Amino acid sequence: MIAGRDQRRKFSNKLMLVLAAAATVLALLPLGSILLYVATKGLLALNWDFFTQLPKPVGEPGGGLANAIVGTLILVGLASVMGIPLGIMTGIYLAEFGRGRLAWLVRFTCDVMTGIPSIIVGIVVYGTIVVAMKRFSAIAGGVALAIIMLPLVTRTTEEMLKLVPNSLREASLALGASQWRTTYSIVLRSAMGGIITGSLLAVARVAGETAPLLFTALSSRYWHTGLDQRIASLPVYIYTYATTPYEEMHRLAWGAALVLVAMVLVTSIAARLAGRRAGGGR
Amino acid sequence: MDTRLLVEDFSAWYGQTQAVKNVTLPVYASQVTAIIGPSGCGKSTFIRCLNRLHEVIPGTRTRGRVLLDGQNIYDDKVDPAEIRRRVGMVFQKPNPFPTMSIFDNVAAGLRVHGLPPGTTAEEVVEKSLKMVGLWDEVADRLQDSGVSLSGGQQQRLCIARALAVEPEVLLMDEPCSALDPVSTLKIEELIKGLKEKYTIVIVTHNMHQAARVADYTAFFLNGQLIEYGVTSDIFTNPRDQRTEDYITGRFG
Ligand SMILES: Nc1ncnc2c1ncn2[C@@H]1O[C@H](COP(=O)(O)OP(=O)(O)O)[C@@H](O)[C@H]1O
Ligand SMILES: [Mg+2]
Repeated sequence: MIAGRDQRRKFSNKLMLVLAAAATVLALLPLGSILLYVATKGLLALNWDFFTQLPKPVGEPGGGLANAIVGTLILVGLASVMGIPLGIMTGIYLAEFGRGRLAWLVRFTCDVMTGIPSIIVGIVVYGTIVVAMKRFSAIAGGVALAIIMLPLVTRTTEEMLKLVPNSLREASLALGASQWRTTYSIVLRSAMGGIITGSLLAVARVAGETAPLLFTALSSRYWHTGLDQRIASLPVYIYTYATTPYEEMHRLAWGAALVLVAMVLVTSIAARLAGRRAGGGR
Repeated sequence: MDTRLLVEDFSAWYGQTQAVKNVTLPVYASQVTAIIGPSGCGKSTFIRCLNRLHEVIPGTRTRGRVLLDGQNIYDDKVDPAEIRRRVGMVFQKPNPFPTMSIFDNVAAGLRVHGLPPGTTAEEVVEKSLKMVGLWDEVADRLQDSGVSLSGGQQQRLCIARALAVEPEVLLMDEPCSALDPVSTLKIEELIKGLKEKYTIVIVTHNMHQAARVADYTAFFLNGQLIEYGVTSDIFTNPRDQRTEDYITGRFG
C-alpha cells in the first residue's frame, strides 16, 4: 500500500520533470532558431567594410553600415543620458518619499506607459519636437527612446529600493543622518546592483526599437553631423533594406540584424553580471 | 542622582491606535533602565519616542514632552538629527550596513556629524571597537564587510557604530533577542561596563536579563506604565498586582 503510493509519487514526479524539460526545449526552440538563422545569414555580410564604410547608393555593390552602428550608439547613449537619471530619480521618489495622490498618479502613468506601443511614443515626439524643430533629428530620436526607457527604469528602481530592508533606513536615521543622506548613501548603494541591471536591460530593450525612430530620427546615408540632424540607426536600416528588392541590401540588413542582436546580447549579459557583482539587495 | 531624560505625560499613536498612553518616567544618568512587559505592550514604540524615531513611520503622531538634560526634544526648534546623535540606538536585529566595511560601519556616523576636534577617524573607530570588545577580533580585517561577522559580533559592531558619535544616551531594543546565550552574556557584560559613561535604556522581554543588568525597571502593559522603580524592588516587592502577575509568569 505505502510502497505503491510511493511509486506513484515517484512516477508523477518523473512525469512532471519530463514535461517541464519538454516545455523548456519547446520555448527555447524558436529563440535558438532565430539566433542561429540571424547568425548564419548575418555572418555572410560581416566584413571589415561593414564596420568602416558608409552605405553605397542603390545598385552599387559593397559598402557598409558604419554610420548606422555609430548612430545607434549615439541614439541609445542620448536616451540613456536622459532616461536613466530621470528614471532613477523618479524611482527614488516613489520608493522613499512617494505617498498620496501624486505618487499614485506617477505609478499609474508608468504602468500605462510600459504598455503603450512604442509607435505611439514616436508619433507624439514627432508631433511635438520634430514639428517644432521643423526637422528630423537625433535628439528627437533620443527623446523617444528615453520616454520608452523611463517607466522601465523607474519601476525597477522602485522595486529594488523596496527590497532594501527598512532596518537599514532606520539604522541610518538613528545615527542622525537626514533622509536624503540615508537614501543616497545607504539605500541607493544597497540597491545599486539591481538598479544597474534594470537600467542596462532598458538600454537593451530600446536598442532595437524601430517604429519610434521612423518618426523622429529617420535615417541618413552619411555620418552623423550634429544632434539636430537626422541620424542613421541599425533598426531603421534593417527595416528599409529588408524591404527593397536588392540582394546586396538584404545581405547588409542581415549583417545589421546580427550586429544589433550582438549589442543587445552583450548589454544583457553585462546587466546580469553587474547584478551579480553588486549583490543586489543582499 | 541626575535625571538625564524626563518623559512627561507622553503618548504615541499609529494612525488611530494609541500604543503609548500618558507615560511619565525619569531616566537617571549613568544608570541602566530596563523596560519590560508582554509583547505588543508598546516597549519598542516607547523607546523609539526617546530619539524621535517614531515619527519616521508615516501616519504616526505623539503628544507630551521628553526632556533631555532639561530641553524638550519635541520642541519645534529642535533638529531631530541632532537628538539622534545624542541619543543613540541599537535594534533588535543586528543591522550593519551591508555595503560597508567594518571600519566604514563604525565611521558612518562620523561622516554625518564630523569628527570630534583633534581626533582621526582611525582613532575613533579603534576606540569604539575597543569599547565593545570587538577590536581584538576584527583589527586585522577592518576592510571586510560588516555582514561577514557572526550575529553577536554584528550586534557589537552596531553598538560601536552608535557609540562612535559620542551619544549621551544609548537606547537598546531587545538587543540580545536574536543572539545565542554566549553572545548575550557578552552584551550584558558590555552594558554593565558602558553605564559609567552612558545612560542606557534597554527593552527586554527577558525578565532575568532585566534583573541582571538594570538598576531601574519599568513595567509596561497595554501602552501604560504600570510600575517603575529600583529593579530589586520591582522583582521582589512589586506594588501592583499586574506587575506581580507578570514577573511570576502568570501571563505574558
Ligand atoms: N508600524 C506599526 N504600525 C501600526 N501599529 C504598530 C506598528 N508598530 C507597532 N504597532 C502596534 O503598536 C503596539 C505596540 O507595539 P510595540 O511597541 O512594537 O510593542 P512591543 O515592542 O512591546 O512588543 C502594538 O499593538 C502593535 O501592534
Ligand atoms: Mg518590540
